[in-house]
Amino acid sequence: MKISKYDWNALFVTRTVASWLVAFIVFFPLLFLMVTAFKTELQAIAVPSLWVFEPTLENFTEVQERSDYMRFAMNSLITSLVSTILGLIIAVPSAYSFAFSPTIQTKNIMVWMLSTKFMPAVGALLPVYLLFQWAGLLDSQIALIIVFTMSNLPIMVWMLYSNFKDIPHEILEASRMDGASLWEEFRHVLLPLAMGGMASTGLLCLVLSWNEAFWALNLTSANAGTLAVLVASYSSPEGLFWAKLSAASLMAIGPIIVFGWFSQKQLVQGLTFGAVK
Amino acid sequence: MKLGKIAAAFAGTLFMTAASIAHAETELVIATVNNGHMVEMQKHTDAFEKANPDIKLKWVTLEEGVLRSRVTTDIATKGGQFDIMTIGMYEAPIWGKKGWLTELNFSDDYAVDDIFPAVRKGLSAEGKLYAAPFYGESSMIMYRGDLVEKAGLNMPNTPTWDDVEKIVKGIHNPDEGVYGICLRGKPGWGDNMAFITTLANSYGAQWFGEDWKPQLDSPEWEAAVTFYVDLLTKYGPPGSANNSFNEILALINEGKCGMWIDATIAASFVSDPDQSKVADVIKFAQAPSKKTAKGKNWLWAWSLAVPASSKKTAEAMKFLEWATSKDYVNYIGENVGWGKVPTGTRASTYENPKFLEAAKFASAELEAIQSANPEDSTFNKSPYVGVQFAAIPEFQSIGVAVGQQMSSALAGKVTVKEALAKSQTAADRTMKKAKYY
Repeated sequence: MKISKYDWNALFVTRTVASWLVAFIVFFPLLFLMVTAFKTELQAIAVPSLWVFEPTLENFTEVQERSDYMRFAMNSLITSLVSTILGLIIAVPSAYSFAFSPTIQTKNIMVWMLSTKFMPAVGALLPVYLLFQWAGLLDSQIALIIVFTMSNLPIMVWMLYSNFKDIPHEILEASRMDGASLWEEFRHVLLPLAMGGMASTGLLCLVLSWNEAFWALNLTSANAGTLAVLVASYSSPEGLFWAKLSAASLMAIGPIIVFGWFSQKQLVQGLTFGAVK
Repeated sequence: MKLGKIAAAFAGTLFMTAASIAHAETELVIATVNNGHMVEMQKHTDAFEKANPDIKLKWVTLEEGVLRSRVTTDIATKGGQFDIMTIGMYEAPIWGKKGWLTELNFSDDYAVDDIFPAVRKGLSAEGKLYAAPFYGESSMIMYRGDLVEKAGLNMPNTPTWDDVEKIVKGIHNPDEGVYGICLRGKPGWGDNMAFITTLANSYGAQWFGEDWKPQLDSPEWEAAVTFYVDLLTKYGPPGSANNSFNEILALINEGKCGMWIDATIAASFVSDPDQSKVADVIKFAQAPSKKTAKGKNWLWAWSLAVPASSKKTAEAMKFLEWATSKDYVNYIGENVGWGKVPTGTRASTYENPKFLEAAKFASAELEAIQSANPEDSTFNKSPYVGVQFAAIPEFQSIGVAVGQQMSSALAGKVTVKEALAKSQTAADRTMKKAKYY
């Protein structure tokens, strides 16, 4: 059956409208948060919600006055960055080994690694807490770096594994026949081919670490709290706090949104197309 | 070359990590919640540090639920992460008894006798005080005087639930966006169950009999919960099963609720013109009674305690004495405003004419706090201490389970009878497991 030009146009319009609608629904909570951050507390609780109002920056000022934003931001930056780099250092050789030198147990090990993500984090809270207490690492960036690295490792290994699997084995074999050492093979052959996948893996884990709240809330107190801890501190059992909470949230997600915006090409490419497809 | 840069960046970051782990000396770490009075106290950190130059304060503000789990984990594992923690009347006697908290001994200047006896008792175990109250609260009625007057009705100072129902019916006008009454419905032992327990107390119900067996299948519980569900279904706002303190505060400040029965601390919010559109027409009355007036209004105090694991007890005590003293109340009154002083803990606050002039809710709040008695809160004798809770470790899980059932009944998912039967089973199982009988 031939589709007329009119039908094509209708289909195009429908798809475009549907896409925008879905995008708007997904974006709406963020939009609401952004708008609320510029309201007074009284405006924030107005029913129905106000969309036209005189914006104020008082919430941002109060968050900055009450909390040391830069300290929380630095903690977020350091813990997420170092845990991502550390994770990649461990995950890349593991995924390489799983992808290019599989053994009879490779699949089982991969599934076992993933199975550690099946358990809710709270199940491991007490042993992890006691371990860090014993090591004197409670409320330290090192504790968060270790936990973030460990919790992201299964995802990293799996993502890199599927990425490496897409690289033709023959290319690596050819380099070996040409006399390349393992390091040269990795550096000059694998790395250029897998850079997209490695970048997207790193970016995803960076975002996951940045937004991680459970461990950050439970393992830190006065010194190593991340921006997720800052946001949680603005929730109040008795009193109005929506506007200030929104401002704190916006300040917390701001850097990672900007970062995500600039790296979205790599992120989407890595997640959807793989390295050499 | 690129790899070299990455390695340099990595090394630099590790160096920054190591450098930022350095700790200051004589540093007190204080875990607290984000309540107005607590936030105000944080703003005056300088005043304390100026008077005590050898002590530095570090604040960790956490969400209430997170604070409880965080502090429980730390205290149970002797983590020593906090030197001072904000806890409530439920935790203080239980944790004190377990030896998790340091017994508080204050100097004569502190005037410990000035603290309301009921509050003091609620924070003690076996005669030892384990937490110093920062601000206290009971529960009372807050209502729209203009609407009641317009309906030609009158609110007695100590009404019954029948009086309340009559008034709520008279002021309920959803067509004009005003619902007769707003009450907590969100599940949680400190949320809907705080209110429902006081309602049940007034109906003559109680959590446990003298043999510690749960009493949730009693006719008194059924009558109380049926009344609660009917009242909110007929005259409450839609979605009441999701409402807690803040949701209702937003509704009443917007003029959408004719009446609210909740924490006395709310009085300062609803009568503040900067926050509330109906500040000038809000009036106050005591919580309603039915079969008895015992336990009709709760008692709670956000308090400061020193965990036994803290190695800075002497410094922590200095801070506790400062933050919960008469002088602190006067300091806030003079420097911030008498309407913003922490209330509900000291008799002297209610004798201060400047405070009485600034807070029109003061006499109602004082009457509510003084009438609450955690040691005698039920019509029939009960084995537990606490008005809106039973101060036993098992109560938290029982309260959460029952709260979920009550919320389901309010949402119409189960009948009141079914909800109470399930609650009784859950409570019975927990108490048996804990070997109470």
